[in-house]
Amino acid sequence: MSVLMTLRIALKALNRNKMRTILTMLGMIIGVGAVITMVALGRGAQATIEEQVKSAGTNLININAGNFMLGGVRQGAGMATSLMPEDAEALRELPGVQYVSAGVNSRGQVIAGNQNWSTQVQGVDVELPLIRSWPTKYGTFFTPQDVASAAKVAVLGTVVAETLFGPDVDPSGQIIRIRNQPFKVIGVMASKGQGTFGQDQDDTIFVPFTTVQKKLQGIQHINNITVSAVSPDTAPVAEAIGSLLRIRHKLTPGEPDDFMVRTQEEIASVRTETTRTMTTLLAAIAGVSLLVGGIGIMNIMLVSVTERTREIGLRLAIGARGKDVLLQFLVEAIVISLFGGLLGIALGFGLSAALERFLQWPTSIPPNAIAMAFGFAAATGVFFGFYPARKAAGLDPIEALRYE
Amino acid sequence: MSTPVISVRDLVKTYVVGEVTVRALRGANLDVEPGEFIAVTGPSGSGKSTLMHILGCLDRPTSGQFFLDGKDVSRMSKDELAAVRNRKIGFVFQGFNLLSRTTALDNVELPLLYNGGARMKSAERHRRAMEALSAVGLADRYHHYPNQLSGGQQQRVAIARALISQPSIILADEPTGNLDTRTSIEVMGIFQRLNIERGITIVLITHEMDIAEYGTRLVRFRDGRIQLDQEITKRRDAAQELAALPPPEPEEPNAPADRVPAEHLGGVS
Repeated sequence: MSVLMTLRIALKALNRNKMRTILTMLGMIIGVGAVITMVALGRGAQATIEEQVKSAGTNLININAGNFMLGGVRQGAGMATSLMPEDAEALRELPGVQYVSAGVNSRGQVIAGNQNWSTQVQGVDVELPLIRSWPTKYGTFFTPQDVASAAKVAVLGTVVAETLFGPDVDPSGQIIRIRNQPFKVIGVMASKGQGTFGQDQDDTIFVPFTTVQKKLQGIQHINNITVSAVSPDTAPVAEAIGSLLRIRHKLTPGEPDDFMVRTQEEIASVRTETTRTMTTLLAAIAGVSLLVGGIGIMNIMLVSVTERTREIGLRLAIGARGKDVLLQFLVEAIVISLFGGLLGIALGFGLSAALERFLQWPTSIPPNAIAMAFGFAAATGVFFGFYPARKAAGLDPIEALRYE
Repeated sequence: MSTPVISVRDLVKTYVVGEVTVRALRGANLDVEPGEFIAVTGPSGSGKSTLMHILGCLDRPTSGQFFLDGKDVSRMSKDELAAVRNRKIGFVFQGFNLLSRTTALDNVELPLLYNGGARMKSAERHRRAMEALSAVGLADRYHHYPNQLSGGQQQRVAIARALISQPSIILADEPTGNLDTRTSIEVMGIFQRLNIERGITIVLITHEMDIAEYGTRLVRFRDGRIQLDQEITKRRDAAQELAALPPPEPEEPNAPADRVPAEHLGGVS
């Protein structure tokens, strides 16, 4: 019998019991829809991370004092004072290094007039706006003279500026008190948004690192160095930095680093790896519902074969071959799974769009989603439809015709 | 001397059910010439159904030979047997076995869909189906579903289906078992007409002697063997008998009646 004829017969059979067909399809619809939505959410999250990482700056290398990879108090506290401003200066000489900024971090209560705010105070060097691709909205960033003289000048992040002075106000020239010391506001940073670790990058104040060292904390060392490389190929530069610092810190070959050098890709890749693992896990769970949908198809086809035993017996008696019967029932199963798959794809797209629109969860449907979903649906139909179809084809016509 | 349509030699069928060995056929010999109308009778378990299954190529004998239209069918493969069933044999069953929710026309043309060799156009299929329906007097009901037809009409559709591939023989297994007296005579009348006017060879199983007497020859089975095989001398004439019957009771238009669910009307789901 021609495939077209078999298809028509299969469609007719499915149409005879519409409710049952729809309910069986539901398993596939939900399964495919769920997998697509999960993958879309996962990819959306990954895309968001990549954006956040990009917004942190390009070709970045972070050097942190102390090596918490080793764990334990033994390494942490003592070694954390080994990073010095001179190390930062030395890094400038390395080929492949474009800009360098020493960094000292602090926190403090900031007061302006009758407003106050507790925020992060980042001590940095003049090149920070270049490194982070972060321009000022109002005013200017500080100068090398400010750094040399440990001047008490501050550039505010937009959240701090708005909290202390109100929105759309240029507070340049105003005096604020950080930890009770007066600082002159010389500018406000442009808005940056959420950072790589989910922190609000605009809730911060930039101050010369020397000022934090001498005026706020009274220390000689620095906490970190931020470097931007000339090219995106940051790995060799990171290596060179590591080697130089080991020499400068007089570390012998057996000793572990007393610092951590991490490229932006490494930081990002840790997060994307986590997200990717989560996406795979979610997709696998959703895939379980696909499996259940397939089992549902097999179950209903088996019931259908039993119900239609006499019909099968009749078809065999009037000349249907085993493979004609096999094909008929297999096509029925495939029609259910493909149609269910199609509707599931629609559901997946719709659900992703709804999540994005109403919950602002980023989603990104992979370009081969439709093809893959279709492929899976078809494979499910063939796989789970085969056993019932074979059962039908193997019926003995005499027994089948006698079946009550 | 024409070749017999059916030629059976020393047919034996033995099968095992659990621990019991059943010797259903113990050596049957039979020749059926074209145009004959054989009535096969016998008590239950006498082997007549088993013979029918082998003649219908639904089963293979344990030993012995079966020639259909001169060809040895007894050693054919499953697929070859399917092809033989499709082109050379027309079945009529006691339970009609029509596909439910399928029109009479679609039911009748079903064998043509499995006709692997000749890919027929649908117009040709429809034409042949209408022809077959006319032969049984139901051309005007071609679009009806089985649950819209009476038992007798359903059986006639089944007969039309059996005719459509112009088979060598029609095999009927208790075709009147589910029909009342009057309808039984109508249906036997159709068989007779096809046999006499068109020369179609018919092999019909029944356990009722009055039905058997519409045929030309009686074959009686007992204990797996043919006990009796002789011409029917006083052949009944269904058309005459039908004419002689009083007219059917008129239906009372407003009589209370139970609605019978469609599943109980003999269609095959």
